[in-house]
Amino acid sequence: MTLKKTLLASVIGAAMTTAVLPSMASAETTLRMAYDADPVSLDIHEQLSGGILQLSHMTFDPLVRWTSDLEFEPRLATAWEQVDDTTMRMTLREGVEFHSGNAFTAEDVVWTVERLKRSPDFKAIFEPIESVTAVDETTVEFKTADPYPLLLNLATYIFPLDSEFYSGTAEDGDPKDEIVKNGNSFASANLSGTGPFTVVEHQKGTRMEFDRFEGYWDEESPGNVDRIVLTPISENATRVAALLSGDVDFIAPVPPNDLDRVREDEDVQLVTMSGTRIIFFHMNQERVEAFQDPRVRQAFAYAVNQEGIADRLMKGFATPAAQFSPEGYAGHVDSLEPRYDLEKAQQLMAEAGYEDGFEISMMAPNNRYVNDAKIAQAVAAMLARINVTVDLKTLPKAQYWGEYDDRAADMMLIGWHADTEDSANFHEYLTACPDADTGAGQYNAGNYCNPALDKLVAEANLEVDLEKRAEMLQQVEQTLYDEAAVVPLHWQDLAWASASNVNIEPILNVMNFPYLGDLVIEEE
Amino acid sequence: MIAFLIKRLFHALLVMFVISIIAFAIQDNLGDPIQQMVGQSVPESEREILREQLGLNDPFLVQYLRFAGNALQLDFGYSYIFNQPTTEVILRHLPATLELVFATTLLIVLLSVPIGVYSAIRPRAWLSRFFMGVSIIGISIPVFLTAIMLIQLFAIGVSWSPFPAATGWGAWLNDLVSTEGGMPAYGRGNPVPVLGTWATNFASLEGLTYLVLPAISLASIMLPLFIRLIRAEMLEVLQSEYVKFARAKGISLRRIYFVHALKNTMLPVITMGGVQIGTLVAYTILTETVFQWPGMGLMFLNAIQRSDVPLIITYLMIVGLIFVITNTLVDLIYGLVNPTVKLTGKPA
Repeated sequence: MTLKKTLLASVIGAAMTTAVLPSMASAETTLRMAYDADPVSLDIHEQLSGGILQLSHMTFDPLVRWTSDLEFEPRLATAWEQVDDTTMRMTLREGVEFHSGNAFTAEDVVWTVERLKRSPDFKAIFEPIESVTAVDETTVEFKTADPYPLLLNLATYIFPLDSEFYSGTAEDGDPKDEIVKNGNSFASANLSGTGPFTVVEHQKGTRMEFDRFEGYWDEESPGNVDRIVLTPISENATRVAALLSGDVDFIAPVPPNDLDRVREDEDVQLVTMSGTRIIFFHMNQERVEAFQDPRVRQAFAYAVNQEGIADRLMKGFATPAAQFSPEGYAGHVDSLEPRYDLEKAQQLMAEAGYEDGFEISMMAPNNRYVNDAKIAQAVAAMLARINVTVDLKTLPKAQYWGEYDDRAADMMLIGWHADTEDSANFHEYLTACPDADTGAGQYNAGNYCNPALDKLVAEANLEVDLEKRAEMLQQVEQTLYDEAAVVPLHWQDLAWASASNVNIEPILNVMNFPYLGDLVIEEE
Repeated sequence: MIAFLIKRLFHALLVMFVISIIAFAIQDNLGDPIQQMVGQSVPESEREILREQLGLNDPFLVQYLRFAGNALQLDFGYSYIFNQPTTEVILRHLPATLELVFATTLLIVLLSVPIGVYSAIRPRAWLSRFFMGVSIIGISIPVFLTAIMLIQLFAIGVSWSPFPAATGWGAWLNDLVSTEGGMPAYGRGNPVPVLGTWATNFASLEGLTYLVLPAISLASIMLPLFIRLIRAEMLEVLQSEYVKFARAKGISLRRIYFVHALKNTMLPVITMGGVQIGTLVAYTILTETVFQWPGMGLMFLNAIQRSDVPLIITYLMIVGLIFVITNTLVDLIYGLVNPTVKLTGKPA
């Protein structure tokens, strides 16, 4: 009997020690975070999307990266110089190691850019780069066909891959470096970068685990996070609840409806920023004759109350806009303000001979942007005041984009973020004369066309004098405003929230790439 | 018996065939999967190449025959978002859903039978009235809202002080209306691996805490339904001739209630229950989304949002199969409970 008891006690004792052990080992700092989705793949060249870029910044390092005030900060490239109009030389950081243990050299950069030029998603923006050569171990030279002012912007997309790791053939006989959109590839399941974190586990749609990379080169980084557990929580209310209940330490995005709730909670902090994604309406000139008259388009622009939408509908979670380029972009014109003026709008409609108004159709997604369907309803109601009857249809995003490609309505809502963080990108995709062959104006659902502007932007893209270039781009914004090419609404704000001991503010930026490698969690 | 099972197997195949045709026919309305795979600035020419690669440009019949041909060899295609065979993806998500449904069923069975029987035996007791009242509320609140409320109350916690906190009784009452929180708000935690893709939440106390809130919110719709069903059936049975006769014969009340009456009460409840378990699987879509429970429901919603057509079709077919299987099991159990029913429909 006694023997049994002692046995039992020792078994319980053993069980308890093992139970205690892991918690003792976890003197390490863990960040538990929840995003609305997890990255679609571990291959960072498979898709050009926010999720993939966030993963890139965790597990890789770019040559240069944006600071929070939109300046360039050296990362794997320590210095760069323009040799001549079409050549840029970059010096690379020494002593950098990949997760696999391979050393980082200029060859990796060359290899990475060549792979980017094969990626369906990235090849378009890397088109200007004609060739990359490794001059020596730590120097690369970029050559462009024409003078190209945005090379550094592109360098923020170059996250050097471990060329040795990704070369050769995988077990299934396919080359390790192939980029596969649908199906398995070596790169979609294996990863070796230079970044602060290595991927330990990826259960798609459920959980992703990262460990701090022991050999990380940036020893000056204040970051003290040893382990990250990322859980995708797509349901807004649950994501917020997980933070408020202390189940996770960091969430993004914070839904606008819950901003107050998060702000009022003492144990968590909220960080918001004016974003760079512009939300606006196209007015289709091909479908509606009236839209060919600039006065009618202006009337529409005057009739929409951007500030009202930003204040009341978005609850201050948006910055009212009258142009594409947000502040900090080259083309941003300070003097362009939202021009809500109902009388002026009615007067313009009368001048154009449409005082009795007309009927149009409108379409908007209902789960793509913050409050997208409500915004469309509000705009429809505002247009009613200049006697325009709107037939509004809202659709889930999965169905919306098909309709958008078909230009299925007279007014269509879209949000746009310039992949290059540059003003020219807006015009090229949204307001350039549509041309199916060159891909210009791919998202120009208004069919707005002003060849003079196309020429101006093309010239700006060859202008290496950045000040001159900015002037040209500002002129483009001004003309688009004067001719009311579209009806801009606002730049959607960004919001993150974390437990109060997780110091997220310094690592956040308007691109929404949290630099988690530099994150500091204070001890409680 | 064997004839019956073969017939049911044939049913299952027919159901899956019909579902696959319907799902295939509506796939164009599910959105463009290419749109979900590429970035916004990818040119149309690249999209066209991808569309061609995936065979999305072929006519309906060609696409369907290709699918059906592969499906006959148990190959249901590749999921666009998981980059894995759809069957593998579903098998990985299935255990989480089955565990949730099992926990919910357990909750329903353990609660509905005693409550239903009690309120039938003592229809006028205040406790019975209370149960009936609460069950009306349970039926009328959507699962989604129940789930959010449960999270607010038991995961985040509510501190509420309508009473003066300075006084002893006030503080006590305040404590009574406030909740601590602390229950997990999402996910399964770290389930213990059992076999293959199956990891269980039933193996540890910690695992069980993750099940509590999702199971309660999933049960909130079905539980009242079953309480009411059992109560109504029981009331009816208690009025019947043979119960009156048993009473007159002097058999103890307990024996009448729990042996004679209950057995007959359960007959329609079992039929109903089988059908409802299938429905429960459908309701998991909502519950799993709110609680981020990594099961088939959450996976299905993801698949819909991102137009993952192969995964959607396979899911629908498998859910159809689950319906057929549960119905078959119900019929078998029904036969055990009531031997006068012949499965194959031959006269007794």
